[in-house]
Amino acid sequence: MILTAEEKQLNKDRKRNRFFEDIKIGSFLAYRQVRRSSVATTALIIFVMVLTFLNLVVVSGILVGLIQGATDAVKTLYVSDISVTPLKNKDFIENSPQIIKTIKTLPWVESATSRYLTSGVIEANYKKKIKQTDVSDEVGTIISGINVEDEEKVTHLSKYLIEGEFLKPDDNDQILVGSMLLKKYFPMETQGFATLSEVSVGDKVRVTINGNTREVTIKGIIKTKVDEISRRVFFPESQFRILAGKTDYNVNEIAVKVKAGVKPELVRDAIIKTGADKDAKIQTFDEGKPKFLTDLVNTFALLGNVVGSIGLIVASITIFIVIYINAITRRKFIGILKGIGIESSAIKTAYVMQAVFYALIGTAIGCFLLFAILKPYFDVNPIDFPFSDGILVATIPDVLIRVGLLMTATIIAGYIPARIVVRQNTLDAILGR
Amino acid sequence: MILAKNIVKKYKSGDSELVVLKGLDLHVKQGEFVAITGRSGSGKSTLMYQLSLLDEPNDGEILVDGINILKLNNKEKTQFRLRELGFVFQDYALIPELTALENVMLPLLMQGTETEVAKRSARTALEKVGLVEKLNNLPNQLSGGQQQRVSIARAIGHNPKIIFADEPTANLDSETAGTVLKVFQELNKEGQTIVMVTHEKDYASVADRVITLSDGKILETTVSEDKFLG
Repeated sequence: MILTAEEKQLNKDRKRNRFFEDIKIGSFLAYRQVRRSSVATTALIIFVMVLTFLNLVVVSGILVGLIQGATDAVKTLYVSDISVTPLKNKDFIENSPQIIKTIKTLPWVESATSRYLTSGVIEANYKKKIKQTDVSDEVGTIISGINVEDEEKVTHLSKYLIEGEFLKPDDNDQILVGSMLLKKYFPMETQGFATLSEVSVGDKVRVTINGNTREVTIKGIIKTKVDEISRRVFFPESQFRILAGKTDYNVNEIAVKVKAGVKPELVRDAIIKTGADKDAKIQTFDEGKPKFLTDLVNTFALLGNVVGSIGLIVASITIFIVIYINAITRRKFIGILKGIGIESSAIKTAYVMQAVFYALIGTAIGCFLLFAILKPYFDVNPIDFPFSDGILVATIPDVLIRVGLLMTATIIAGYIPARIVVRQNTLDAILGR
Repeated sequence: MILAKNIVKKYKSGDSELVVLKGLDLHVKQGEFVAITGRSGSGKSTLMYQLSLLDEPNDGEILVDGINILKLNNKEKTQFRLRELGFVFQDYALIPELTALENVMLPLLMQGTETEVAKRSARTALEKVGLVEKLNNLPNQLSGGQQQRVSIARAIGHNPKIIFADEPTANLDSETAGTVLKVFQELNKEGQTIVMVTHEKDYASVADRVITLSDGKILETTVSEDKFLG
């Protein structure tokens, strides 16, 4: 049969009107069913939805936050917003003083710090050694010469002091030692990760760099979740230069912290514009971040999504069961509704709306718990993992995606049981056959 | 108004077949109050389900105002039940979460009536059955008789052509049953066509015509004295 344009328009209008009627009747029934249902049952369903939502967001958020915490720590304590490192095949940054001076004059830079790095040996029990055959208590590690004041401005390293005192620029023969070099803080001793036994603040140790040895006192111990920092020995830069026999001022690392709200890319480009890229590699933190960290974040996010998906399936089944039981126990009334002429689509809409209501309230409570309680709590009290301070990562777009997923699952899980029950024979339903 | 021709209804139970309605013919005129009565298993309720489109006969045709309603598709049948028919069931069949007013409003809303208009019409229907003071009561806050009157209000709220009542007094004591039957009589006086199924002959006598079924066939038809004389 060929329909005229007018008839087609009429059909369209009818369908649209039908849709709005379904929504109107669906919401009329759903609202009253929810309002007059048992408070305890409604509360229980909403509680399940809250747990499901949190499972969906918090599990993946913590898994990602575990790596994010480690990444953030590397950024805060070590690399900062922009890192300036030697070019390939170079051991140091050429023209370092000029580059540092230029960087510090840039208006978007809050602070910058430079570091000398070299490998060396720290020895503890040299005074107790009597025989040649006595085993030396020594560790090979990275010795770092830092500008104490600049380092403090960029990384606030003193905050991580767990024993003793922080360095002063004019300290003589005094060092800070990373906790991972000491057995009492890092009791595992494996090949390549040796530690010093029975060494405390105030003890004298010998540091050897490039064949030059000097006896120094341990002034403090630094403990962080960043291995590069926790396995280092720190000298004030002037002392380091003397011990390392350095005659130039070329450093090995420069960490640049930009002002709040400034994009690191802007500062990186500004540094490159000065021509510093001829002598050094200039990268933002994200560019310099090892690929494995990004891969790890993605892997953990995937893992979180897998766990979340299981939660989503459980939630869908829960909603399915709740709506199915609700619909099956009300089979007779569904039959009556159909009998008196209420459209099946309107009845199904009522059940879907109930399911959406539970999911919406559950999600709203979940969002409140997430953003008002859990996230702020974990920001202030990160989970103490051995390699990171685990935070809860929950961004608005990620949360919205999960809300969308939960709603979709809810609509499907509410629709299917309603359809199963509504499809049953009207008279059989009315008569309870 | 209703013209049913050669209505046959069979039910299958395993290999056997049970013929409940055996080629039944029936004519209900506009404004008539017809009671269908008979023993249990005579087919009276089955006949009502066929006439009211709650079920579909295996054979025969049912014309309402000249339209063969059995030829309508499912959606059209639903629409027909919504607009042209009103139902009163034995166990009242009210939706437990809806108040008396909301139960009566429901078919009106489904027809696309504005909420306020539906409210007014529902209120008028409840006034007719003498329950205006119980508008906001839930079904479980009403007595059996009151629930049945709400059910009648729901059936008449949207001015249907025909009201089908399936054993409307079966769950009520005789006094309450009398009240409900009175409501039917008053509605009929106003011109409402009513088809009522009942197994109680006394109650059936309030109708203009009583059709007695036996073994799926019409055994006898009795016209009330008033109607006969009138």
